[in-house]
Amino acid sequence: MFKRISLAAVTFAFSATTSLAATNITWWHGMAGRNGEVINEVAQKFNESQSACALTPVSKGTYEEALASGIAAFRSGEQPNILQVFDAGAATIINAKGAVIPAEDLITKAGYSFDRNAFIDGVRYFYADSEGKFVGMPFNSSAPIMYINDEALKKAGVEAPKTWEDFEAVAPKLKEAGYIPLVQSQLTWQFTENFFSRNNIQFATNNNGYDSVADTELKVTDPNLQMMFEKLKAWKDEGYFAFYGAGWNDNQKVFEEGKAALWIGSSGSFGGLTKTAQMPFSATFLPYWGSIEGAGTNSFIGGAALFAMSGKSDEENKCVADFFQFLTSPEIQYFYHKSTGYVAITKAAYELAQKDGYYKEKPVAEVGIKQLLLPAGEWSKGYRLGFYPQIREIMEREYGRIFSGETTVKDAFETIEKEGNELLARFAKTAG
Amino acid sequence: MTGSSGDRRDKAGAKRVQFSSPFLPYLFLAPQLAIIFIFFYWPSAQAIQSSFYLEDPFGFGSTFVGMSNYADVLRSNEYLGIARFTAIFTVLVTFFALSIGLLLAVKADGVIRGNSGYKTLLIWVYAIAPPVAGLIGMMFFDQHIGPIVKLAAWFGLDIKVGLDYFDTAFAMIVVSVWKQIPYNFIFFLSGLQGIPVSVREAAALDCRSGTRRFWTVVLPLLAPTAFFLLIINVTYALFDTFGVIDVMVKDKAANNPITLVYKVYMDGFRGNDLGGSSAQSVILMVVVFVLTIFQFRFIERRVHYN
Repeated sequence: MFKRISLAAVTFAFSATTSLAATNITWWHGMAGRNGEVINEVAQKFNESQSACALTPVSKGTYEEALASGIAAFRSGEQPNILQVFDAGAATIINAKGAVIPAEDLITKAGYSFDRNAFIDGVRYFYADSEGKFVGMPFNSSAPIMYINDEALKKAGVEAPKTWEDFEAVAPKLKEAGYIPLVQSQLTWQFTENFFSRNNIQFATNNNGYDSVADTELKVTDPNLQMMFEKLKAWKDEGYFAFYGAGWNDNQKVFEEGKAALWIGSSGSFGGLTKTAQMPFSATFLPYWGSIEGAGTNSFIGGAALFAMSGKSDEENKCVADFFQFLTSPEIQYFYHKSTGYVAITKAAYELAQKDGYYKEKPVAEVGIKQLLLPAGEWSKGYRLGFYPQIREIMEREYGRIFSGETTVKDAFETIEKEGNELLARFAKTAG
Repeated sequence: MTGSSGDRRDKAGAKRVQFSSPFLPYLFLAPQLAIIFIFFYWPSAQAIQSSFYLEDPFGFGSTFVGMSNYADVLRSNEYLGIARFTAIFTVLVTFFALSIGLLLAVKADGVIRGNSGYKTLLIWVYAIAPPVAGLIGMMFFDQHIGPIVKLAAWFGLDIKVGLDYFDTAFAMIVVSVWKQIPYNFIFFLSGLQGIPVSVREAAALDCRSGTRRFWTVVLPLLAPTAFFLLIINVTYALFDTFGVIDVMVKDKAANNPITLVYKVYMDGFRGNDLGGSSAQSVILMVVVFVLTIFQFRFIERRVHYN
């Protein structure tokens, strides 16, 4: 008996060593908690699906930390095969020519066909170059959507607003019913970047920064954007809108507790919200302004993409291509969509989820994809701006000052434009 | 104390003869020197070098820009505002951490004289890592659940940490001071206990006012300890409060106050602006250098070591 067990152990050890002969690739990511666990499950599924490649995912903390570690590792020649980079860091990695192999090149070189049109519209452009070639492989994608406290709307006897004009009409009733009518969790993403896409307004020169880094300038003094913040300030003073600072959860908490009627969050918040919300909720699109001509276009994605780093052997690159191919398969996309709340990035995966009846059961999970699938406008495809995490920081600071009454909307946007343009000019020098 | 140190000097003198080879002492020093070189001089030199360049984050190319990184930083109103806050923050944290630590030590001196159990218990508080301290502080000041916020609300105060500049600054200072008091307390207490009983008795015979005795006899004798703690506390406020700040602003400074060292981190590690961040860290290095020289030249003169 004992002999048989030890024999089995030896065989097992042997098979383990043979699997070590497979090409090892590493994947650095910035996901923690439940989403980090899902990544491990995805990697495990990939490793079980074939024997040539062995993928090891490594959590590097937050998105920012993952990017910083990836850069430091690249400088010392120890870079991982795959690095996850978030939306605001896209310009940093895409403009570093030679740091990454464009995902599309990698996949076609490995002998797969690559169809850009297989991806959902709002996803297709964001991590691509100006010709539309995929540089990064979109991975976890989300859209800012509006969550609705069903009880609050019922009590106030109103419908969920589609436009901001609608909101102005229902806000007094929601307030009267004892609720904070509106809260949000990230002004830069939801009320700036996606304000430009949802209302189809130009965000920056040079085709929102896609065409060139040289002389790219922000256009945040746009009168419509200023109007949005004038309104937000007025709504705040009236008690129609509440602001709890730049921290995401400080604002989400008010909605979870059922104190707020409407909350602008991420479609990727859905999974967590089903556990934390203390009342029934639903969701709808991020509102736009009916008064702005051509508004109501789709929003582009948030979240992050996977980048294949250069300086690796052909076998390893082949494995990365295999993994990207695996990742975009409808089954894996559907699995990821269901486990996390992030949207499915391909049309096939979306159809699979529809066919499976997932959205009949969880209609909120479909809102983000539907918003990304809305008709695109000229300016709704995305943006590519260098030193963008710092520009976001400037925006957060000035927005805070608007709401505390330390500055006016006009002055705030002039400051953002001036300091932001200085950063863009610095970035053009570093990337040039 | 004086007698024993004299003995030691004699022994050291005797030992000096034993180094027959002139290289041997250097060999013994080598590991320490190597560590200082690798972890201090080399990175410092690199920081100075990269502060003159604009470099793409991945290291593909860099452009020499001379002093323009420094000019950009020093011209920026935001940076000057952060520098102003850092100065105020450092002064307040150092002052309150030292004075409260001293007050507690003086009060405790009479009570727990010689009780090492207390010392151990009290120094445990210092062992809390700054991020943990920040987290605890954040919970006390949380907008939704913080007990301090609820307490303040009874008095009609609306504390909004993370939203209001002054409220956040207040919370940061309170948590940073709270974190540093035990450390100062232990040192002051040891200092107080090092004052010979005979000196205290003689002073008590000469002067009946306890307060005056404290200012004229006890405090001058504590001066070496206080000077050491001053330097440690200034360094603490400038650098070690990083963790507290990081937890309080949650990676998004927005309209909240931050200190210079946090700005270096934000621009370098989050913003990937290596040149600008290096220039800032060189400026910080110079500031600390000047501050240390100032402390040793002007304050240490008034300190009497026996």
